[in-house]
Amino acid sequence: MIKARVTVTLKNGVLDPQGKAIEGALGALGFDGVGHVRQGKVFDIEIDSADKAKAEADLKAMCEKLLANTVIENYTIALN
Amino acid sequence: MKSAVVQLPGLNRDRDMIAALTKISGKAPVTVWQTETELPDVDLIVIPGGFSYGDYLRCGAIAARMPVMQAIREKAEQGVKVLGVCNGFQILLEAGMLPGALMRNASLKFVCREVKLEVANAETAFTRAYAKGQVLRCPVAHHDGNYFADAETLKAMEEQGQVVFRYAEGTNPNGSMNDIAGVINAKGNVLGMMPHPENLIEAAHGGSDGRGLFASALDVIAA
Repeated sequence: MIKARVTVTLKNGVLDPQGKAIEGALGALGFDGVGHVRQGKVFDIEIDSADKAKAEADLKAMCEKLLANTVIENYTIALN
Repeated sequence: MKSAVVQLPGLNRDRDMIAALTKISGKAPVTVWQTETELPDVDLIVIPGGFSYGDYLRCGAIAARMPVMQAIREKAEQGVKVLGVCNGFQILLEAGMLPGALMRNASLKFVCREVKLEVANAETAFTRAYAKGQVLRCPVAHHDGNYFADAETLKAMEEQGQVVFRYAEGTNPNGSMNDIAGVINAKGNVLGMMPHPENLIEAAHGGSDGRGLFASALDVIAA
Protein backbone atom coordinates (compact mmCIF):
# COMPACT_ATOMS: atom_id res chain seq x y z
CA MET A 1 0.00 0.00 0.00
CA ILE A 2 1.31 3.40 -1.00
CA LYS A 3 0.05 6.44 0.84
CA ALA A 4 0.27 9.74 -0.96
CA ARG A 5 -0.51 13.29 -0.03
CA VAL A 6 -1.46 15.71 -2.80
CA THR A 7 -1.43 19.39 -1.93
CA VAL A 8 -3.22 21.83 -4.20
CA THR A 9 -2.58 25.55 -3.82
CA LEU A 10 -3.60 28.64 -5.73
CA LYS A 11 -1.05 30.04 -8.15
CA ASN A 12 0.58 33.35 -7.34
CA GLY A 13 -1.46 36.25 -8.62
CA VAL A 14 -4.79 34.44 -8.27
CA LEU A 15 -7.09 36.28 -5.90
CA ASP A 16 -8.01 34.18 -2.84
CA PRO A 17 -10.99 35.78 -1.09
CA GLN A 18 -11.16 32.97 1.48
CA GLY A 19 -7.48 33.33 2.37
CA LYS A 20 -8.01 37.09 2.73
CA ALA A 21 -10.94 36.54 5.11
CA ILE A 22 -8.90 34.10 7.21
CA GLU A 23 -6.00 36.59 7.25
CA GLY A 24 -8.37 39.26 8.59
CA ALA A 25 -9.82 36.87 11.18
CA LEU A 26 -6.36 35.90 12.46
CA GLY A 27 -5.54 39.59 12.89
CA ALA A 28 -8.84 40.12 14.70
CA LEU A 29 -7.91 37.29 17.10
CA GLY A 30 -4.83 39.27 18.05
CA PHE A 31 -2.16 37.30 16.19
CA ASP A 32 0.47 39.86 15.28
CA GLY A 33 2.70 39.67 12.26
CA VAL A 34 0.45 37.43 10.14
CA GLY A 35 1.35 38.10 6.50
CA HIS A 36 -0.52 36.73 3.51
CA VAL A 37 -2.71 33.66 4.08
CA ARG A 38 -3.53 31.39 1.16
CA GLN A 39 -6.03 28.57 1.45
CA GLY A 40 -5.46 25.27 -0.33
CA LYS A 41 -6.60 21.66 -0.35
CA VAL A 42 -5.00 18.40 0.81
CA PHE A 43 -5.90 14.96 -0.54
CA ASP A 44 -4.68 11.80 1.23
CA ILE A 45 -4.82 9.00 -1.31
CA GLU A 46 -4.15 5.29 -0.77
CA ILE A 47 -2.98 3.29 -3.74
CA ASP A 48 -3.09 -0.47 -3.63
CA SER A 49 0.26 -1.14 -5.28
CA ALA A 50 3.95 -1.37 -4.44
CA ASP A 51 5.11 0.28 -7.64
CA LYS A 52 6.10 3.78 -6.58
CA ALA A 53 7.03 4.97 -10.05
CA LYS A 54 3.66 3.97 -11.47
CA ALA A 55 1.84 5.46 -8.47
CA GLU A 56 3.64 8.73 -8.97
CA ALA A 57 2.77 8.83 -12.66
CA ASP A 58 -0.87 7.99 -11.87
CA LEU A 59 -1.04 10.68 -9.19
CA LYS A 60 0.32 13.25 -11.61
CA ALA A 61 -2.37 12.27 -14.13
CA MET A 62 -5.02 12.50 -11.37
CA CYS A 63 -3.88 16.03 -10.57
CA GLU A 64 -3.88 17.10 -14.20
CA LYS A 65 -7.25 15.52 -14.97
CA LEU A 66 -9.25 16.24 -11.83
CA LEU A 67 -7.66 17.18 -8.51
CA ALA A 68 -6.26 20.53 -9.62
CA ASN A 69 -7.54 23.12 -12.07
CA THR A 70 -4.22 24.07 -13.59
CA VAL A 71 -5.62 27.38 -14.85
CA ILE A 72 -5.55 28.63 -11.26
CA GLU A 73 -3.85 25.95 -9.14
CA ASN A 74 -0.48 24.26 -8.60
CA TYR A 75 -0.05 20.84 -7.03
CA THR A 76 2.64 18.85 -5.24
CA ILE A 77 2.74 15.10 -4.68
CA ALA A 78 4.44 13.44 -1.68
CA LEU A 79 4.73 9.65 -1.25
CA ASN A 80 5.55 7.83 1.95
CA MET B 1 -34.24 25.17 -34.52
CA LYS B 2 -33.82 22.19 -32.24
CA SER B 3 -32.26 22.34 -28.81
CA ALA B 4 -31.15 20.02 -26.02
CA VAL B 5 -30.81 20.54 -22.28
CA VAL B 6 -28.23 18.57 -20.30
CA GLN B 7 -29.26 16.99 -16.99
CA LEU B 8 -26.86 16.00 -14.23
CA PRO B 9 -27.33 15.25 -10.54
CA GLY B 10 -27.57 18.56 -8.69
CA LEU B 11 -28.44 20.75 -11.67
CA ASN B 12 -31.74 22.38 -10.72
CA ARG B 13 -32.32 25.13 -13.29
CA ASP B 14 -33.07 22.65 -16.06
CA ARG B 15 -36.84 23.12 -15.79
CA ASP B 16 -36.57 26.91 -16.11
CA MET B 17 -34.33 26.43 -19.12
CA ILE B 18 -36.70 23.91 -20.74
CA ALA B 19 -39.60 26.35 -20.20
CA ALA B 20 -37.66 29.24 -21.75
CA LEU B 21 -36.53 27.23 -24.79
CA THR B 22 -40.02 25.83 -25.32
CA LYS B 23 -41.72 29.21 -25.08
CA ILE B 24 -39.28 30.98 -27.36
CA SER B 25 -38.74 28.35 -30.05
CA GLY B 26 -42.21 26.74 -29.87
CA LYS B 27 -40.54 23.33 -29.51
CA ALA B 28 -39.62 21.50 -26.33
CA PRO B 29 -35.90 20.72 -26.09
CA VAL B 30 -34.61 17.15 -25.90
CA THR B 31 -33.17 16.27 -22.50
CA VAL B 32 -29.79 14.56 -22.33
CA TRP B 33 -28.53 12.60 -19.30
CA GLN B 34 -24.92 12.85 -18.15
CA THR B 35 -23.97 9.31 -19.24
CA GLU B 36 -25.08 9.73 -22.85
CA THR B 37 -22.32 9.58 -25.42
CA GLU B 38 -24.38 10.12 -28.57
CA LEU B 39 -26.23 13.39 -28.75
CA PRO B 40 -29.34 14.09 -30.80
CA ASP B 41 -29.02 16.23 -33.90
CA VAL B 42 -29.68 19.71 -32.49
CA ASP B 43 -28.56 23.28 -33.19
CA LEU B 44 -28.16 24.37 -29.57
CA ILE B 45 -27.05 22.46 -26.47
CA VAL B 46 -27.68 24.13 -23.11
CA ILE B 47 -26.04 23.27 -19.80
CA PRO B 48 -28.26 24.89 -17.16
CA GLY B 49 -27.47 26.12 -13.67
CA GLY B 50 -27.53 24.46 -10.30
CA PHE B 51 -25.08 22.68 -8.03
CA SER B 52 -23.87 19.66 -9.96
CA TYR B 53 -22.31 17.06 -7.66
CA GLY B 54 -22.89 19.40 -4.73
CA ASP B 55 -20.14 21.74 -5.97
CA TYR B 56 -17.69 19.19 -4.49
CA LEU B 57 -13.97 19.65 -5.27
CA ARG B 58 -14.62 22.77 -7.41
CA CYS B 59 -17.87 24.02 -8.92
CA GLY B 60 -18.49 22.05 -12.11
CA ALA B 61 -15.30 19.98 -11.79
CA ILE B 62 -16.90 16.56 -11.54
CA ALA B 63 -19.69 17.26 -14.03
CA ALA B 64 -17.07 18.38 -16.54
CA ARG B 65 -15.57 14.87 -16.51
CA MET B 66 -18.84 13.04 -17.25
CA PRO B 67 -19.19 11.18 -20.58
CA VAL B 68 -21.75 13.62 -21.99
CA MET B 69 -19.14 16.39 -21.91
CA GLN B 70 -16.90 14.59 -24.41
CA ALA B 71 -19.92 14.28 -26.72
CA ILE B 72 -20.68 18.00 -26.26
CA ARG B 73 -17.05 18.88 -27.00
CA GLU B 74 -17.25 16.96 -30.28
CA LYS B 75 -20.51 18.69 -31.23
CA ALA B 76 -18.98 22.08 -30.45
CA GLU B 77 -16.03 21.26 -32.70
CA GLN B 78 -18.54 20.58 -35.48
CA GLY B 79 -20.00 24.07 -34.92
CA VAL B 80 -23.08 23.28 -32.82
CA LYS B 81 -23.91 26.14 -30.44
CA VAL B 82 -23.35 25.46 -26.74
CA LEU B 83 -24.65 27.69 -23.94
CA GLY B 84 -23.68 27.27 -20.29
CA VAL B 85 -25.49 29.32 -17.66
CA CYS B 86 -24.22 29.68 -14.09
CA ASN B 87 -23.13 26.16 -13.08
CA GLY B 88 -23.21 25.40 -16.81
CA PHE B 89 -20.60 28.14 -17.31
CA GLN B 90 -18.49 26.68 -14.51
CA ILE B 91 -18.75 23.24 -16.16
CA LEU B 92 -17.64 24.61 -19.57
CA LEU B 93 -14.60 26.25 -17.92
CA GLU B 94 -13.71 23.08 -16.03
CA ALA B 95 -14.06 21.12 -19.27
CA GLY B 96 -11.55 23.48 -20.88
CA MET B 97 -14.07 24.59 -23.51
CA LEU B 98 -13.75 28.24 -22.46
CA PRO B 99 -10.73 30.14 -21.13
CA GLY B 100 -10.32 31.19 -17.49
CA ALA B 101 -11.84 30.08 -14.19
CA LEU B 102 -14.53 31.13 -11.74
CA MET B 103 -13.46 31.75 -8.15
CA ARG B 104 -15.40 32.29 -4.92
CA ASN B 105 -17.21 35.67 -4.91
CA ALA B 106 -15.00 38.43 -3.53
CA SER B 107 -17.62 39.10 -0.82
CA LEU B 108 -17.56 35.37 0.10
CA LYS B 109 -21.35 35.60 0.03
CA PHE B 110 -23.89 33.87 -2.16
CA VAL B 111 -25.51 36.63 -4.23
CA CYS B 112 -29.09 36.40 -5.46
CA ARG B 113 -30.24 39.66 -7.00
CA GLU B 114 -30.78 41.52 -10.24
CA VAL B 115 -27.79 43.09 -12.00
CA LYS B 116 -27.29 45.27 -15.06
CA LEU B 117 -25.60 43.58 -17.99
CA GLU B 118 -23.89 45.41 -20.80
CA VAL B 119 -23.79 43.66 -24.15
CA ALA B 120 -20.09 44.00 -24.96
CA ASN B 121 -20.28 42.07 -28.23
CA ALA B 122 -23.54 42.04 -30.22
CA GLU B 123 -22.04 40.22 -33.18
CA THR B 124 -22.22 36.71 -31.76
CA ALA B 125 -24.74 33.99 -32.58
CA PHE B 126 -26.15 34.51 -29.08
CA THR B 127 -26.44 38.31 -28.98
CA ARG B 128 -27.57 39.34 -32.48
CA ALA B 129 -30.92 40.51 -31.09
CA TYR B 130 -29.19 43.13 -28.96
CA ALA B 131 -27.19 46.24 -29.75
CA LYS B 132 -23.59 46.73 -28.64
CA GLY B 133 -23.57 48.70 -25.40
CA GLN B 134 -27.21 47.89 -24.66
CA VAL B 135 -27.81 47.43 -20.93
CA LEU B 136 -30.07 44.55 -19.89
CA ARG B 137 -31.61 43.60 -16.58
CA CYS B 138 -30.75 40.06 -15.53
CA PRO B 139 -30.89 38.02 -12.32
CA VAL B 140 -27.82 36.32 -10.83
CA ALA B 141 -27.69 33.62 -8.15
CA HIS B 142 -24.26 32.19 -7.36
CA HIS B 143 -21.44 31.76 -4.86
CA ASP B 144 -18.57 31.29 -7.32
CA GLY B 145 -18.86 33.77 -10.16
CA ASN B 146 -15.65 35.73 -9.75
CA TYR B 147 -14.10 35.43 -13.22
CA PHE B 148 -10.33 35.05 -13.43
CA ALA B 149 -7.94 34.65 -16.33
CA ASP B 150 -4.21 35.37 -16.49
CA ALA B 151 -3.22 38.75 -17.91
CA GLU B 152 -2.17 37.41 -21.30
CA THR B 153 -5.37 35.39 -21.80
CA LEU B 154 -7.52 38.30 -20.67
CA LYS B 155 -5.81 40.70 -23.07
CA ALA B 156 -6.28 38.32 -26.00
CA MET B 157 -9.93 37.76 -25.11
CA GLU B 158 -10.64 41.47 -24.92
CA GLU B 159 -8.94 42.07 -28.28
CA GLN B 160 -10.88 39.27 -29.96
CA GLY B 161 -14.27 40.34 -28.62
CA GLN B 162 -14.61 37.21 -26.50
CA VAL B 163 -16.05 39.17 -23.58
CA VAL B 164 -19.76 39.14 -24.47
CA PHE B 165 -21.41 40.42 -21.28
CA ARG B 166 -20.14 42.75 -18.55
CA TYR B 167 -21.75 43.78 -15.29
CA ALA B 168 -22.70 47.42 -15.81
CA GLU B 169 -23.37 50.50 -13.71
CA GLY B 170 -21.47 49.29 -10.66
CA THR B 171 -23.47 46.09 -10.30
CA ASN B 172 -20.53 43.63 -10.42
CA PRO B 173 -21.75 41.19 -7.73
CA ASN B 174 -18.67 39.01 -7.38
CA GLY B 175 -15.40 40.84 -8.10
CA SER B 176 -14.98 39.48 -11.64
CA MET B 177 -11.98 40.83 -13.55
CA ASN B 178 -12.97 43.52 -16.07
CA ASP B 179 -16.59 43.11 -14.81
CA ILE B 180 -16.84 39.96 -16.93
CA ALA B 181 -20.21 38.21 -16.78
CA GLY B 182 -20.07 36.10 -19.95
CA VAL B 183 -17.43 34.91 -22.42
CA ILE B 184 -17.40 33.12 -25.76
CA ASN B 185 -14.82 30.81 -27.33
CA ALA B 186 -12.60 31.99 -30.18
CA LYS B 187 -14.72 30.09 -32.73
CA GLY B 188 -17.84 31.93 -31.51
CA ASN B 189 -20.16 29.00 -30.81
CA VAL B 190 -19.65 28.28 -27.08
CA LEU B 191 -20.97 30.91 -24.65
CA GLY B 192 -20.76 30.78 -20.86
CA MET B 193 -22.40 33.31 -18.54
CA MET B 194 -23.16 33.60 -14.83
CA PRO B 195 -26.49 35.51 -15.05
CA HIS B 196 -29.76 33.70 -15.76
CA PRO B 197 -31.39 35.05 -18.95
CA GLU B 198 -33.92 32.18 -18.79
CA ASN B 199 -35.44 33.84 -15.74
CA LEU B 200 -36.36 37.06 -17.51
CA ILE B 201 -38.25 36.11 -20.66
CA GLU B 202 -41.89 37.11 -20.12
CA ALA B 203 -44.18 39.57 -18.36
CA ALA B 204 -44.70 37.17 -15.46
CA HIS B 205 -40.97 37.45 -14.74
CA GLY B 206 -41.25 41.23 -14.59
CA GLY B 207 -39.40 41.71 -17.87
CA SER B 208 -38.16 39.99 -20.98
CA ASP B 209 -34.60 41.26 -21.41
CA GLY B 210 -33.25 37.69 -21.52
CA ARG B 211 -35.44 36.71 -24.44
CA GLY B 212 -33.12 38.14 -27.08
CA LEU B 213 -30.36 35.70 -26.18
CA PHE B 214 -32.54 32.67 -26.89
CA ALA B 215 -34.15 34.33 -29.91
CA SER B 216 -30.63 34.88 -31.31
CA ALA B 217 -29.36 31.38 -30.56
CA LEU B 218 -32.56 29.70 -31.78
CA ASP B 219 -32.79 31.87 -34.88
CA VAL B 220 -36.29 33.14 -34.15
CA ILE B 221 -35.54 36.82 -34.59
CA ALA B 222 -38.07 38.69 -36.67
CA ALA B 223 -36.09 40.00 -39.64
